[in-house]
Amino acid sequence: MSAVEKAAASDDAIVTIAHVSKFFGPLKALNNVSLSIQPGTVQCIIGPSGSGKSTLLRCINQLEKIDEGAISVDGALIGYRRVGETLHELTDAEIAQQRLSTGMVFQRFNLFNHMTALQNIIEGPLTVLRRPRKEIVAEAMALLERVGLADKRDSYPSELSGGQQQRVAIARALAMRPKLMLFDEPTSALDPELVGEVLNVMRDLAATGMTMIVVTHELGFAREVASDVVFMDKGEIVEQGPPQTVLVAPSQPRTRDFIAAVLK
Amino acid sequence: MSAITSPVSSRDLAAIARMRIVPRRFYGRWIAAAAILGVLGWLVLAFAKGDIAWPVVAQFFTAPAILSGLSNTLIMTVCAMALGIVLGVVFAIMYMSPNPVLRGVALFYIWFFRGTPLLLQLLLWFNLALVFPTIGIPGLFSWRTIDVIGPFMATLLGLGMNQGAYTAEVVRGGILSVDAGQTEAAKAVGMTRLTTLRRIVLPQAMRVIIPPVGNEVISMVKLTSVASVIQYAEILRNAQTIYYANARVIELLIVAAGWYLIVVTVLQIGQYFLERHFSKGRGERRARRVAVQEDAA
Repeated sequence: MSAVEKAAASDDAIVTIAHVSKFFGPLKALNNVSLSIQPGTVQCIIGPSGSGKSTLLRCINQLEKIDEGAISVDGALIGYRRVGETLHELTDAEIAQQRLSTGMVFQRFNLFNHMTALQNIIEGPLTVLRRPRKEIVAEAMALLERVGLADKRDSYPSELSGGQQQRVAIARALAMRPKLMLFDEPTSALDPELVGEVLNVMRDLAATGMTMIVVTHELGFAREVASDVVFMDKGEIVEQGPPQTVLVAPSQPRTRDFIAAVLK
Repeated sequence: MSAITSPVSSRDLAAIARMRIVPRRFYGRWIAAAAILGVLGWLVLAFAKGDIAWPVVAQFFTAPAILSGLSNTLIMTVCAMALGIVLGVVFAIMYMSPNPVLRGVALFYIWFFRGTPLLLQLLLWFNLALVFPTIGIPGLFSWRTIDVIGPFMATLLGLGMNQGAYTAEVVRGGILSVDAGQTEAAKAVGMTRLTTLRRIVLPQAMRVIIPPVGNEVISMVKLTSVASVIQYAEILRNAQTIYYANARVIELLIVAAGWYLIVVTVLQIGQYFLERHFSKGRGERRARRVAVQEDAA
């Protein structure tokens, strides 16, 4: 059964990616990729740099536009409105609306530099969801508590370590109450001793049943937390399966080479 | 080589570390300072002995015509700068738009207003009536151009549109200085393009935009004096009107210069506080905050 048939068979998937291709000029960043993700699972995506894994993640919340194929998130086709047999591009505001079901954590944190940790977290609920400040400040404080940074509420990003910034970034994404969290190499820009604190927060989040798609090089984390692992290379999914299979006893030589290279 | 280096053995170093240090003497600095003070003293003396009636300066410093000229100068500075900043932001955003028409119009605007002298632009606006005797929407209403574009309007349009062309480039530079990751993060929390610009990009671009715009406000105070040629009653024109009558040319120019310096000094102080406000979460402020926190700890 192909991935698409599987996706069609399991209509309860929260994300369905069907035959997606993406070009950057002559470069084919994604080549006919299909993948479906069930709610409450942790999908890890591994692969060498330039394999298209970050691009795939960015397509899911429309930071990149796909050239071929289709993606549905939370039961809705993204980027287009279907009218009969034609697809109409959505407006800027409609795309922003669709992004509300996903939260995203970036490799370089991308906290708003002119705002404190607390302001970063309440900015979305305040300006996008237009919820009352009092309510969201209380929620934001609870989130800061959860990522272990309640005492940093008034610190600016430049006053925080990389690990602390990334934890605030996770809290910022969670403040929007997304149904799905996207992590784009969340620990790749961190000093080695700071990786653990971010992975701990992610581990706790997975334990709450949050659906997560994680692009990562942390094979230990993937083995421990992932429900399913995808290995990508050259814009294609090479191998997919439970972590014990893909990470421990891969069937494809390319996967084997990659894992050997990372573990070396 | 041997003349300026002192050979040491490691045994001597402990004793050397305790020796008295004789600081360098900077004779050149003393000579330069003395020479400059001498020249300054000579200048002060020359002005004191020169033919300047200082009581006249004092008398006219707060004369009604001077004060009303000053207020016109300030009003024009504020209005022209406001127009310039609004146009600057609008044209900067047009310049960066994917729409080729908007981009083309912005390019043309910047090219035209930066490419022609300000004085010429003022004269063009002031003489607009020669091109369009009446302005308005045909069939609905129309005015005589002479009534609408007087000295104030012509100066405002001239200075404001000219300023907008320069400010557009400053704003564009500021927007480009904000990391693209900031925009992506804003999109990821569901902000529209306009909200992202207003809440995330522009506030951070301000750090880069404020210093040059502050300088331009200060230049604008002085640029308004160009409007004296099209009969706008700002401070320099009023000073001239007075000295045409009483022939106290230098005294009245000193009065005007004094007021310009006062206004510019106040603006510079304002600029300092504004720059501090928009450096939130950056550089020196951060260092100070961290130092305070460490002291407290």
